[in-house]
Amino acid sequence: MELQKFTYDNKLSNLFLWATVIWGVVGMLVGLIAALELIFPQMSGNLPWLVYSRIRPLHTNAVIFAFVGNGIFTAVYYSMPRLLKTPMYSKLLGGIHFWGWQLIIVLAALTLPFGFTQSKEYAELIWPIDVLVVLIWVVFGLNMIMTLVKRRVKHIYVSIWFYLATWVTIAVLYITNNLVIPTSFTHSYPIYAGIQDALVQWWYGHNAVAFFLTTPILGMMYYFIPKAANRPIYSYKLSIIHFWALIFLYIWAGPHHLLYSALPDWAQALGVVFSVMLIAPSWGGMINGLLTLRGAWDKVREDPVLKMFVVAVTAYGMATFEGPMLSLKTVNAMSHFTDWTIAHVHIGTLGWNSMMNFGMIYWLVPRLFNTKLWSTKLANVHFWIATLGMLFFSIPLYFAGFTQALMWKQFTTEGFLAYPNFLETVTQILPMYYLRAFGGSLYIIGALMFVYNVVKTAQAGSFVRFEHASAPAKELPKAKEGFHRRLEGRPLQFTLAALVVILIGGLLEIVPMYLVKENVPTISAVKPYTPLELEGRDIYIREGCYLCHSQMIRPFRSETERYGEYTKAGETVYDHPFLFGSKRTGPDLSREGEKTLPNYKPNSWHFNHMQNPRKMSPGSIMPAYPWLIENEIDLSHTVAKINAMIKLGVPYGDGYADQAVADLNAQAEQIVVDLQANGIQVDKNKEIIALIAYLQRLGTDVYKNK
Amino acid sequence: MKIVINILENIAGIEIYPIISMLLFFIFFILVTYVTLRTNESEIEEMSRMPLDHDNDLSSKPHSN
Repeated sequence: MELQKFTYDNKLSNLFLWATVIWGVVGMLVGLIAALELIFPQMSGNLPWLVYSRIRPLHTNAVIFAFVGNGIFTAVYYSMPRLLKTPMYSKLLGGIHFWGWQLIIVLAALTLPFGFTQSKEYAELIWPIDVLVVLIWVVFGLNMIMTLVKRRVKHIYVSIWFYLATWVTIAVLYITNNLVIPTSFTHSYPIYAGIQDALVQWWYGHNAVAFFLTTPILGMMYYFIPKAANRPIYSYKLSIIHFWALIFLYIWAGPHHLLYSALPDWAQALGVVFSVMLIAPSWGGMINGLLTLRGAWDKVREDPVLKMFVVAVTAYGMATFEGPMLSLKTVNAMSHFTDWTIAHVHIGTLGWNSMMNFGMIYWLVPRLFNTKLWSTKLANVHFWIATLGMLFFSIPLYFAGFTQALMWKQFTTEGFLAYPNFLETVTQILPMYYLRAFGGSLYIIGALMFVYNVVKTAQAGSFVRFEHASAPAKELPKAKEGFHRRLEGRPLQFTLAALVVILIGGLLEIVPMYLVKENVPTISAVKPYTPLELEGRDIYIREGCYLCHSQMIRPFRSETERYGEYTKAGETVYDHPFLFGSKRTGPDLSREGEKTLPNYKPNSWHFNHMQNPRKMSPGSIMPAYPWLIENEIDLSHTVAKINAMIKLGVPYGDGYADQAVADLNAQAEQIVVDLQANGIQVDKNKEIIALIAYLQRLGTDVYKNK
Repeated sequence: MKIVINILENIAGIEIYPIISMLLFFIFFILVTYVTLRTNESEIEEMSRMPLDHDNDLSSKPHSN
């Protein structure tokens, strides 16, 4: 048969590779800053953009979408042409994809620290950037699918299935979770509220882990481990079965982020069942990766690339065993809201994602630059320091999680909370936060060695932009072929099949939640926020308060004793977006405003506390927010905000927007008078007034009937 | 949208959908497993060698100077 000649263009995989290297270091450094700010809360000083609660989303977005994202694209642009024996379909689309993605990252860095956020975890980017993300994602998908159409091989290798499933699922998730009504160019409200918003968010959030941090990395694993070990994957059949099982099951597991919350029991149960079942396909992948190295363990001893891969796949196995365990309700009762979650996540990110990226890049740079790795020794040191760094990061946080959970739940023999002051449970685990920062620093030192090594390697060689190859022209599919053979021979149908599989889970889980009225029993005492409270809520979102303070009291005695009545679904019906939070670095604030509860704080306390938390709570690790006292409330969008809320079905009454600002001023005046009576002089147009109004409203509605 | 919601929320026992879906998964899983296990060994072997099957490109010849 005639051989066709063609060339692979390495330009894009090379560009994405260096973007991965650069953003990786940046994202990790931002993480270290956040870790240090928890130990030295004064670190952010008076700089709003440096405060922990604005830096933390920058860290998560940078490592997920910039570091891991660019790593995925490196793998896709390198492996796809070689697996399909054709260059990528379009250099132009590839270029738009690369520069567009970097633009998104830069825009994220220019918005998140400045308080432009949607508040949903890993979906914080404001709506204009979301639009850009979708456009770039479409460009990426188009380029992939057209490359598949042009391919010279009959079969599509399993890595590419994982890439396709990633593309199609992320598109569905991202759009669904980011449906908003804009009130300005930088601000919007999600169309969902409260518990429904929470379900959509964690359906997205969990599947961002599944389809951004897992499936594409498995695709990477299935290509680069065979390459590095120079032997085929252990079981190709297993890869087929675990692929379909994984994408089918993952899409259901989201509700395990909302156990014991106001989410209906049936949805919680679904989340648990599917999470537990996930062990099987996840371990199918892990076993397949590790067993590929059977008979090659002598190579693992010498080759830093394989070492990185082994730790990565092992960490994947650990994290995917721990995940289902954490989704068991009894375990979750203890782990949720504590540092246990942070430890778990970092086994996944520092172990699985980063080590896969490191291994791939150590393998790829010498090939792209036609040389040897500059220093295998340094890469080995990096391997050890990264592994130790990961352990120093995570193990202390496990202890922090266990300790704090036990302290929260501890009762005295008289039946009172043993540690009624939340702060006691924080100061107890501070040494673990020091160790975490130490572990993180080790990891970053390793990452810097990695950067030095790959830069030196690139300098020692010269970039091989084009690689010539040849392959026979594509054979036409034969009429008598098996079902899966035919399916995988047709990329569009294959993508569609994957879409249907994930939509079954998505729709059957999410849709009933919206349709069954009894899922959200209404509470007549619950009223919409006043305009001042709404502005205060937006400030709460802007500053990222929800990152450390939950608003979800679970139905445990240890929680109702500490925080008051457990949270009901009906209380959240006007919460666009929901603010349940996922971590309690500080106490829950669901009932912060309720005067009859023991933890009630007056307006003056909040004023002083925002100015300097340590003035009111010595030893507190909360950052100060002094700019709230200086900044004036932005009233220019209040009318638009109220109108958007009315459009979303919040019963303010027609035409209420016209009197909103007047009402806002009147309520602000009352708070100013109260503060004056306590010796605090402040103008009624300052942001602190709106925030106090919001905090004093929290959780009070259901107590009105008592 | 509102109309659709109104229609759908009156469907009796819509909560049964997740159970249906669970069944769907099991049937689907059995089918995938069955189809996979029946696949011709030589094709499986051919597919699993795809990452290693690069005749002319540099990547099959690492460290060549």
